[in-house]
Amino acid sequence: MHLIHRPDIASSEITPRETWLDRRRFLGGAAAGALALAAGDLLVPTTAQAANAPREKLAGVKKSGWTVPETLTPYQDVTTYNNYYEFGTDKADPAENAHTLKTRPWTVRVEGECAKPATLGIEDILKLAPLEERVYRLRCVEAWSMVIPWVGYSLSELLKRVEPTGNAKFVEFTTLADPQTMPGVRGRVLQWPYVEGLRIDEAMHPLTLLTMGVYGEVLPNQNGAPVRLVVPWKYGFKSAKSIVRIRLVEKMPTTAWNRSQPSEYGFFANVNPEVDHPRWSQAKERRIGEFRKRDTLPFNGYAEQVASLYTGMDLRKWF
Amino acid sequence: MVPAADGATPATSANSASVRPGGSRGLRALRIVLWIACLLPLARLVWLAATNGLGANPIEFISRSTGTWTLVILLATLCVTPLRQITGWTELVRVRRLLGLFAFFYVGLHFINWIVVDQFFDWPAMLKDVVKRPFLTVGFAGFLLMLPLALTSTDAARRRLKRNWARLHTLVYVVPVLGVLHYWWLVKKGVQTPFPYTVAVVVLLGWRVLAWLRGQRKVAREGR
Repeated sequence: MHLIHRPDIASSEITPRETWLDRRRFLGGAAAGALALAAGDLLVPTTAQAANAPREKLAGVKKSGWTVPETLTPYQDVTTYNNYYEFGTDKADPAENAHTLKTRPWTVRVEGECAKPATLGIEDILKLAPLEERVYRLRCVEAWSMVIPWVGYSLSELLKRVEPTGNAKFVEFTTLADPQTMPGVRGRVLQWPYVEGLRIDEAMHPLTLLTMGVYGEVLPNQNGAPVRLVVPWKYGFKSAKSIVRIRLVEKMPTTAWNRSQPSEYGFFANVNPEVDHPRWSQAKERRIGEFRKRDTLPFNGYAEQVASLYTGMDLRKWF
Repeated sequence: MVPAADGATPATSANSASVRPGGSRGLRALRIVLWIACLLPLARLVWLAATNGLGANPIEFISRSTGTWTLVILLATLCVTPLRQITGWTELVRVRRLLGLFAFFYVGLHFINWIVVDQFFDWPAMLKDVVKRPFLTVGFAGFLLMLPLALTSTDAARRRLKRNWARLHTLVYVVPVLGVLHYWWLVKKGVQTPFPYTVAVVVLLGWRVLAWLRGQRKVAREGR
């Protein structure tokens, strides 16, 4: 018999960010005293430059049914713990360095195997379809995870408008590589620009989100502003940030991490607890903010929606 | 140049009658400085933990910090002999144990953080990882090799082990190599953070090799 019944948390019951931050400040204050806290802010550069950038609400965002009933990862963690190598390889680097990124004006070229190629300004992209808030799990290939309220719409909305031809088997995403504003691009940690790709059916899947916001606001630069991809059933590196070109192609694109280390990062990169990274296990993950590790779910918990895309494929071979 | 006998006859230099029990004033000052310096990384972690400053992934932060400081202090330990030879300040050998034990202290924290906080006593998973993941295999081996060094660091153990003490303690040359390998195997391709530590290990071990070669040549000359 269950003595304590613990229902799933409704999204309406999720602690708002402001309240959470207040609680966090309170706990910090209680632990070390207000004086210590003030000095701590001077010593610890967690409130990074980009994190201090002005924040802008997105208008007309409606809630979406694509929402997991799990506790949100705090805004502070979502915006200061990032992998965005164009701004440095440390998790704290993007929040420190990404303030240099110019997100206006911004255009995305959509081209390749389609009837109506187009160059879209970011303003057009924001108006192309109604903005939805979707709470997705994010699972990084490094075995940590978050739950994030993204704002955007299905990538398929955009792709449909350019009318892909029958030859469009894959979609290639090219992201900005500007050595002027991106210190990481001046180094050689990866081959720039960062390129990612999806099979056309993956790209057209309603879960695949073209993302312009987070927490109801315009995306912070360190999270891939002004427009990025979020593919929740794949490891985070598939979700390209700061996209400048979307190309419909016939052949499987060469993607950045796959080119760099093909034995470790496959093209598909579906979250799979049974296929380990060569250097570490993928069976478990640490949800940011939690102490104990939790089990990683097949397709990051989206198996019901996406497993059918891979029927008959050997997922050990096509990792 | 001061004769180089790296750790070969430490008992005689440490016990030599000319050295006062507490060491010179300079040595005592250096000891205090090193104590403070070696405790600072821990103080910083405690401070950050108390002020919510460990970031989004505190467990990873602690792991990286204690791992990095283990490596730094290990390398500092390996600096003692070259510095002694360069400066001629023979007393310097008497801070070596202090540094070595602090390196062990931080690797201990690193290890406990892994077992308790990161893995939460999931023994099967840990065992599997140590066997299967090269970065954990070498990291674990490095930790195991440091154990006997820390356990035999007392004067009594050194007296009891006689010549074997110096033999045993040559393991200190292996540990940082394992530490650097552990680091390289851990980071993603292209990340260069382990590079400076690698250079330091190569230089410090290279120094020993050169000193040994010089010694061999001297022996050969004198034997003629």
